[in-house]
This record gives sequence, C-alpha cells and structure tokens, in this order.
Amino acid sequence: MSKKTNTIASALIVALFLILLNLLVWFRVIGEYTSQVLTIAGINAIIALGLNLISGFTGQLALGHAGFMAVGAYTTAALLMKVNLPMALAVLGGALMSALFGFLIGLPTLRLRGDYLAIVTLGFGEIIRVLMINLPELTGGPAGLKGIPTYTTNFAWRPVIPFALVYLALTLVVVLLNNLLNSSHGAAIVSIREDEIAANAMGVNVFYYKLFAFTLSAFIGGLGGALYAPFFGYLSPNMFNFQKSVEFLIIVVLGGMGNLTGTVVAGIGLTYLQEILRFLKDYRLVIYPVILIIVMLFQPSGIMGLFGNKEFSLTRLVSKMLGEKPLGGEESSDKAGEVQ
Amino acid sequence: MLKVEKLDVYYGNIRALHEVSFEVKQGEIVTLIGANGAGKTTVLHAISGLVPARSGSIRFLDQELTALAPHKIVQLGLAHVPEGRRIFANLTVKENLEMGAYTRKDAKAVKADYEQVFTRFPRLKERLNQMAGTLSGGEQQMLAIGRTLMSRPKLVLMDEPSMGLAPLLVSEIFEIIKEINAAGTTILLVEQNAQMALSIADRAYVLETGRVVLQGEAQALANSEEVRKAYLGG
Repeated sequence: MSKKTNTIASALIVALFLILLNLLVWFRVIGEYTSQVLTIAGINAIIALGLNLISGFTGQLALGHAGFMAVGAYTTAALLMKVNLPMALAVLGGALMSALFGFLIGLPTLRLRGDYLAIVTLGFGEIIRVLMINLPELTGGPAGLKGIPTYTTNFAWRPVIPFALVYLALTLVVVLLNNLLNSSHGAAIVSIREDEIAANAMGVNVFYYKLFAFTLSAFIGGLGGALYAPFFGYLSPNMFNFQKSVEFLIIVVLGGMGNLTGTVVAGIGLTYLQEILRFLKDYRLVIYPVILIIVMLFQPSGIMGLFGNKEFSLTRLVSKMLGEKPLGGEESSDKAGEVQ
Repeated sequence: MLKVEKLDVYYGNIRALHEVSFEVKQGEIVTLIGANGAGKTTVLHAISGLVPARSGSIRFLDQELTALAPHKIVQLGLAHVPEGRRIFANLTVKENLEMGAYTRKDAKAVKADYEQVFTRFPRLKERLNQMAGTLSGGEQQMLAIGRTLMSRPKLVLMDEPSMGLAPLLVSEIFEIIKEINAAGTTILLVEQNAQMALSIADRAYVLETGRVVLQGEAQALANSEEVRKAYLGG
C-alpha cells in the first residue's frame, strides 16, 4: 500500500520536474547553449547507466561503451538516410543493433571468468572506430557523416525537442533499471557481482544473467548513441574513441558503481563541468583522471556513498578481478596455515 | 540417493580424480576425509556442476548430473555449502537468506522456513539487517548453512564447515549438522578435521591423491590403525 503510494508520488515528482525543465527551456529561461549541453549530458548519463548495469551491478568490467554508442548512432543515421524510416523507429533500430552486437560479443566472452570481458570490449570499441573510418559508403569515412535528419518540427523552438526526448528516455531507462534491479532478477544479478560461485550454488543461472545484463547494457548504450545522431546531425568516428569509453567509466565510478541516482547526477554534472572548463582547452582532459584518483582514494563508493549508500567500487572490482582464483586451485594453497 | 561411479576430473592436463566411486544413501551422513589436495573439494565441485567431469557418472535421485548446469542441479534439491562459506558479504543477513530461497516459488512455505532457520540460529534473527561481512566467523558459517537450508535441499554438500573456526564453535557447528540430518536432510560432508567428521558420520571414504583408498563404517574407520596413523595423529 505505502509502497504503491511512494511509487506514485515519485512518479509525479519526476513528471513535474521534467515538465518544469521543459518549460524552462521552452520559455528560454534555460538558453539554447545550456539546453544543448544538458541534452548531451542526458545522453552521457543514459550510456553511463547502461555501463553501470554491467560493471556496477553485475561486476563485469566493460571498457568499450563508446563502441556501442557508435553502433547505435551510425545505425540510426543509416536508417534515417538510406531507408527513410520514421525517427522513432530509427532510434529503436539503432539501440537494437547495438544490443545485437552486445549479445554476439557476450556469447563467447561471458563464459570465461574474470578480465576477458574488459579485454574484448576494449578491442571492440577500437575495432568499431576503425571500421567506421574504413566504410566510407556507409559512414562517410574519416571526414564524418553529414546531413543526418535532425529532430525538427514546424511548431516548436528547435532545442526543445531533443531536450525533452533525451530526458524522457533517461527517465524511462532509470525506471526500467530500477524495477529490474529490485526484482528477483536484480537479486540474481547482484549476487553474481558479490560471489559467482555462491551465486551458482544458490541456483542462479550465472551465464544467462551475465549475458542478459550485458545485452541490455549494450542496448542502453546504443540508445544513447541513437538519440545522439539526430540531435547533432553529424557523426565522425573519432567521437567514439577510447577516451569516450573512459569518460563513461569515470561517470559510473564517480556516481558510485551500483548506484543509479549517482550515475545520473555524475553524468550530468561531469558533462556540464567539462563545458564550463572549456577555456582550459586540452588541459581540461586532465580533470577526469584527477577526479578518478580523488574518488578512488577518498570516496571509493562514489558521491552517493556520502549519503550512506554502501555500494560497489572500482577498487573492489579490480581486486576482485586480480584475486579471482580458478576453481580447484584453492584446496592446496589456502589452508596449509590453518592445520593445527 | 547419490551414486558416483568412476568419476574422473582433470584440471588441464592434471588429473585430479582417478575413478572415484562412492554412494550416499537417504538419511545418512557420509564424510569424505583426506589430506590437503586429495581432491575432496573437487568431488563436491564435480557433483554440483562447477567443474566438468571427464568421464564417469554422477546420479542423484536417478538423474544423471554430469550434463546438467549448476543452477539446474540446485533445482533438483542438491545444495552446496561452499568452502570458505562464501556468504554475500556486502548483502544483509536477510538478503543472503533470500538468495538461498532463490529457486523457490512457494512464497508461503519460504516464510515458514525463515522461522525454522531463526529457531535453529537465533543469532541470525538478531542480526537480520546487518551486513553479512560484519558477522563473526561462526555466525557466517551459520548463515551459510541457514542460507542453504532455505532452498529445502534433499541432500546438502558441506565443504569444510570447520575451516577457520575456534574449537568450541566447531563442535557447535557439528552439533547443528547432526540436528539438520536428524530432521531428514541427507549430508555429504568434506572435512580435514577427520576426527570430528568421523564422530558424526555414518560412513566414510578416505581420499588420497584423487583415489578412494579406504571406505567403511565411520566408527570402524576411526578405530582402524591406518586411519589413526595418517589422519588422527596417532
């Protein structure tokens, strides 16, 4: 009963907040520049949420979400330009294509233990980028793809539409992930992060849930890219380099691995910060690693950890990956000291 | 209930088990004892599907387990208390128990089982909302056992329940294992503490470098010269 009231109350608050934000943009209280920065910030937050699902909640490090973003963006662009699909279908198509890539990568990789996913996704991100450079018929090659149809209508001020769409998508992604993670599926996913062997022993189908989480993660990453293409109207392979993947990881770490609210706050905050610091030119790129170091040293569970949320952390993820012993190696090594 | 026949397990090229055969009957406590590296844990891992069997068969309630995935095996009623407890340290005691009931759909019966676990382990009820990692070693072992009972297993595989515990706690844990068995759950126990294991078991098998070298009534083995010399310190 009270849970239901809570859900309705939070839904109302979110809806009001969204409407308020949109009104602010509509009446140009938030200017065009700011609203565009906020739109990009929303897209970054969406993709970071996808990454948090696989790395923060499932405990599998993925380093190539810029690749999924690229797949989503280029697919949507192609669907708009070559197939003339309506906008909504093109965006959905981009996200689905990215999910397909995630599924195909996950299928062989997630059967293995430990750090293989990190290595493979790292390679995947780069391969996609190089592929985009070398497929000029489809992607415009290194010069980039121009003239992608953008979100426009005759009756609204231009920046309103992408802004409203992106924040609507962001809200939907948060609601979807929140419901998923509070279900028994979510419990299974988190138990894999906490202890894979124990999760197995509880009857969790570990491989299935890893693959499911990774595919959904790729879908959300692709959705971010798909929303990005018609917003910007131009794509170039170098937008999706390794540094972009690291940006998403830093958003997740700063917001707190395994924390949805934190990811949204950090995603929007960090993107905005980067815009404010534009006068520093290339030096602003130093900010990210500095933030990462500070977070890992002083607040490993991320900014939301300040509010008492005990979550996962990058430090724990790394030590988990390094400390993971293969099955059977335990019997001989661990216990010699304990025999009396 | 459980029949293992000519089980071979390899890690890469290294042969960990040589044609291991043994049997657990309904209602028994059977123990596998042996030194470090004898293959005791490997046997349990093979039964619950965590490592693949190269050859041989494992039958549980007339079902072949060697081709089944670990989560399917749990659904058959065969639960595993893994070595080193492996509780979910960053989840609460309650969430740990919920994970134990993960495969079950009958919400009402699950609720009743919580109460049973709490009567058996009152300490867990006191610490219901505490992070499991903050429990003491003994409490963690109790949680690991309680979590396993939440799946209503017919057969429980226990891997080194005495590991890292003070002697007093070890006796307590073994008392609990006896009670669980008396309540109708069959138990396959793997232990380095051979004396303790033999004192509560019905039958025992002795493993040495991946082979079963001795078997028999637990009491008889405890009194046999060979076992005394090799595993009971005189």
